[in-house]
Amino acid sequence: MDYASELIEKGKRIDGRKFDEFRAISLKEGIIKNAEGSARVKFGETEVVAGVKLELGTPFPDSPDQGILVVNAEFTPLASPDFEPGPPSEDAIELARIVDRGIRESKCIELEKLCLIPNEKVWCVFVDIHIINHQGNLLDASALASIAALRNAKIPKIENDKIIRGEFEKELPVVFKPINITVAKVGNNFILDPLLEEEEIAKAKLSISVRDDDKICAIQKQGSGIFKTEEIEKALELAIEKSKELRKLIK
Amino acid sequence: MKEIELIKNGKRIDGREAEQMREIEMQVDVVSRANGSAQVKFGNTIVVASVYGPKELYPKYLREPETGILRCRYAMAPFSTEDRKTPGPDRRSIELSKVIRIAIEPAIFLEDFPKAVVDIFVEVLQADGSTRVTGINAASLALASAGIPLKDLICACSVGKIDNTLVVDLNGKEDNFSEADMSFAMLPSKDEITLLQMDGLLTKEEVMKLIEIAKRSCKEIYELQKRVLREKYKGE
Repeated sequence: MDYASELIEKGKRIDGRKFDEFRAISLKEGIIKNAEGSARVKFGETEVVAGVKLELGTPFPDSPDQGILVVNAEFTPLASPDFEPGPPSEDAIELARIVDRGIRESKCIELEKLCLIPNEKVWCVFVDIHIINHQGNLLDASALASIAALRNAKIPKIENDKIIRGEFEKELPVVFKPINITVAKVGNNFILDPLLEEEEIAKAKLSISVRDDDKICAIQKQGSGIFKTEEIEKALELAIEKSKELRKLIK
Repeated sequence: MKEIELIKNGKRIDGREAEQMREIEMQVDVVSRANGSAQVKFGNTIVVASVYGPKELYPKYLREPETGILRCRYAMAPFSTEDRKTPGPDRRSIELSKVIRIAIEPAIFLEDFPKAVVDIFVEVLQADGSTRVTGINAASLALASAGIPLKDLICACSVGKIDNTLVVDLNGKEDNFSEADMSFAMLPSKDEITLLQMDGLLTKEEVMKLIEIAKRSCKEIYELQKRVLREKYKGE
């Protein structure tokens, strides 16, 4: 057995944390001047920047009176020797789609307030996630950075159908703070905020997005291991508990 | 946002009960060139899956010395949806290909064929909700039919919440207007869950209830899968 697995069998982790303990989290908001909203999140050495940009666009025909949310993630090659330049990898697409569902399904953005002219003109909210350093648990860090960036985002002023950058109308209406918690299964133990080394030995992971009222807004099983029913219940409980702690970090 | 009533007088729009699946049809060996194949219909959803391999993996540097690898491609035919689906992989199908692979991987004895690859191709011919889980059921039959050593068959279904009611096997309309939907797959004889994907708003208790409903339905699907496979080998 490898070192990390052996330690976990004994109830310990490489960096001395408890199983349900996150690394030191740092969250800085509004760090990108040219973005309408932004946040930089660190979980230990893992580092992620999320930026929110607002553009004007045409609504989708099936939701003519609602703004549009688009989440994208870039695994920039500077962040890890495993990331390569080029179009988004399968993992980057999956991460962006999981973050997207956590935000969308929580209904935290009041998209109906982002409609300017039904069928014609709405605000498109672009959340772009850039990975700066990959030392494990990119998903929870990305989700936290995204919701923090949305919470400090502002809607720009419009004059004669043009966006005036740098001048703002009001805050982006974001009424909830969904938090994503990934529960990693190593052997028969559950750990939170896995390091890269721990992710490599985790057979399966369950990513759970929790809203302020403890409602679950998205779940995604990852990794080629399996879960028993009672393990899923335990993971949900863990995620609900832990989400409260992370939510306090966001304004 | 929601304009349509999904449950009227206790019945769903297609007349089903909450915990009733649509009519299911399964057929194996529908693609003679493949090592194994199957077509599965859940109501109007039609999916074909075929399996090629185990075969040598090229380029060679992709080979794993200790184990075989599984590749999976999920795709929708351009005519399978109401608005034409542009051919080629989009973000959704790339994610679903990964999710389907992960749902199936735990069932295969991949370590039995080091350096080799098994390819699964899943093609949606007609989409009316629950396409990924229908695809997993088709892939399960195709793998078994190809004679690939399996720990168990993989059974999958969708569950969700519509009009405040927990239901199984969502059709396209129910999926579009649901309060929550969940894709689920398991290895029934081992009671092991290999796929769990949910979006919507649910309490923890509702999630657990949906898992119970999904497990019951997967047991039914398990019997159907076994019956089709038994039919195949009866004549031989």
